[in-house]
Amino acid sequence: MSSFLQHTFDGLVSGAFLALLALGLSVIFGMLRVVNFAHGACYMLGAVGTYLLLTEFGIPFWWALLIVPLVLGAFGMAVERTLVHPLARLDPLYNFLLTFGLTLVLQDLVKLRYGTTSSPYATPAGLTGTVDFGLFDFPAYRVFVLAFAAVACAGVWWLLGHTRVGMVVRAATERPELTRALGIDVGRWVTPVFGFGIALAAVAGVLAAPMRAVNPLMGADLVIVVFAVVVIGGLGSIFGSVAAGFGIGLVQAWGESYLDQWPIVAQTSVFVIMAVVLLWRPAGLFGREEAPA
Amino acid sequence: MRKRAIAVGAVALLLAGCGGGGPQGSSDSKLSGDRIVLGVLNDQSGVYLALSGTNSVKAVEMAIADFKAKHGGDAIAKDITVETADHQNKPDVANTKAAEMYDRLGVDAILDVPTSSAALKVADVAKEKKKLYFNISGATTDLTGKSCNRYTFHYAYDTYMLANGTGRTVTEQGAKNWYIVYPNYAFGQDMEKSFSTAVTGAGGTIVGKDATPFPNDNFSSFLLKAPTLNPKPDVLGTMQAGGDLVNLVKQYNEFKLREKGVGLSVGLMFLTDIHSLTPAALAGTTYTDAWYWNFDAENRAFADRFLKETGSRPTFAHAANYSAALQYLEAVQAAGTDDADAVVKQLEGKAVNDVFLRNGKIRAEDHRVIHDAYLAQVKPAAEVTEDWDYVKILKTIPAAEAFRTPSADCKL
Repeated sequence: MSSFLQHTFDGLVSGAFLALLALGLSVIFGMLRVVNFAHGACYMLGAVGTYLLLTEFGIPFWWALLIVPLVLGAFGMAVERTLVHPLARLDPLYNFLLTFGLTLVLQDLVKLRYGTTSSPYATPAGLTGTVDFGLFDFPAYRVFVLAFAAVACAGVWWLLGHTRVGMVVRAATERPELTRALGIDVGRWVTPVFGFGIALAAVAGVLAAPMRAVNPLMGADLVIVVFAVVVIGGLGSIFGSVAAGFGIGLVQAWGESYLDQWPIVAQTSVFVIMAVVLLWRPAGLFGREEAPA
Repeated sequence: MRKRAIAVGAVALLLAGCGGGGPQGSSDSKLSGDRIVLGVLNDQSGVYLALSGTNSVKAVEMAIADFKAKHGGDAIAKDITVETADHQNKPDVANTKAAEMYDRLGVDAILDVPTSSAALKVADVAKEKKKLYFNISGATTDLTGKSCNRYTFHYAYDTYMLANGTGRTVTEQGAKNWYIVYPNYAFGQDMEKSFSTAVTGAGGTIVGKDATPFPNDNFSSFLLKAPTLNPKPDVLGTMQAGGDLVNLVKQYNEFKLREKGVGLSVGLMFLTDIHSLTPAALAGTTYTDAWYWNFDAENRAFADRFLKETGSRPTFAHAANYSAALQYLEAVQAAGTDDADAVVKQLEGKAVNDVFLRNGKIRAEDHRVIHDAYLAQVKPAAEVTEDWDYVKILKTIPAAEAFRTPSADCKL
């Protein structure tokens, strides 16, 4: 029982990363209809940025958790203005290619400057121990990650549900043309939303730095799973991405622990689920069919 | 347009064919193209960049400089150059690049080639083109087993050497129960088999083994499971390499497995891995090293030069690339020609000693280059007084014990 709880907890922690990344991807897709392939690279920049703040400026983790998302959010807004926006009216494929190219450029820039060796980053002071839950204990830092991600997801949920900005975003996500027709300047919110989505990826990156290898390719493998998560949850569905993120985290953790005789099954489960969901509900578990334009 | 391109291509091919098959001009040189070209084919952009990569090209250039300095005016060639290519750890890319090196760039010998699957592909190309190939950073024993051939030599290390050195010694030192995790691809599966054999052979037990996804950033399921196994493992044997190893060790420390009585043993580790993980994260970990830069004065002198050239200390792969380039050039010098068959004859059975090879011998039976190997242990952080000097050598494993006896599968 205690080991089951432990694996469950572990699944929720990896789910937290997937949820944060999927959430950003979903917000961006909802508002801009852009599949941001560079999301993994932004996650990587978040972790690399955290590492750089510490090694170059001596700025510790807690400040990085504030500074890095702000800086990368601003970077995201600049990218939206200069690169994504001019392609917005063309076929969505153009922006897909753009963000894919951007991923390669960002990865290679980091490689060029810092090489591919993974960089060390210590667990922040105060979170190095373990938390005793009675039945089992768990690394304190992971408990923090889970709590932080849960609060962040809930915060975004509240923001979207209870503020004017959130209302515009939701409206524009569901029916962009109609929202415009009602006299709302959707365009004004596009840039900040893009920046916000990138900032969420950066948060995930900062959180990853103390527990995962920080290197230029760390986002490249993760982003594929995140895409599967978004497809399962429903492209553009905020709740769907978060639920699917945590759900897939759990499935992976349980799979790795209890299907250890069939590692292949455990490892491909995400994509099998994705295929099944696509066949059964092409719009994803929580997504809605696009209204005909 | 397309037709013309094909026509031009055909003409170019014909011309190339004439150049290769016809007489080599008026020169009486015994060298093809009047020069020697070494090809370094490895990962120059991905996970294995740091452990070999572009710095191995520097090491080969150092070997060329040393060869020229030693032989001066008597050197068989004035013109010795290096060609390099990035195989991205992909077998198909390695295949194409190797063929291109031999055919178009006039490369006489290909060096390095990490990633077992890619390493094996290049062995096939070498066999087909009848040109030399020194594999350095590929680990599979198939290079000197069922895939061996007359033109392929395997330097530095292999999965048998790692498993035998680490698995057997650690078991004999008292860690009887092993839990092995390995990445689910050719290298990992090969390592798992070799380690299991070595551990059980030394009287140990494998209490559990798990294949992990590759690449993977989250090992927590396996780390949570380790202390709950029955009987509890004394040691977690990880066959992960590069970035995956970094992930695993970070999380091993996070889950405090050492405190829970599960030690850590690493199948394959390079100096650059310890550097990126910091010695503190790995303190006490044992592994088998093919060469260590601060082992003696000779190694250190080489490492000092290397540091000046590259900004970092050499891994064993760097030193082995240097050694292979040097031994190849010496063999060409001795043979008086770069004709592959003549050079092979020079190399086979030769006993060699250089900065990398101690008590080295190039076995004629399977072209395995054997030499002393080392059981190494990462120092506690407090004992690290110099950058890059992270390990102490616990024991030298004599060349004859370090490697397996020639395999019956190998027919040269």
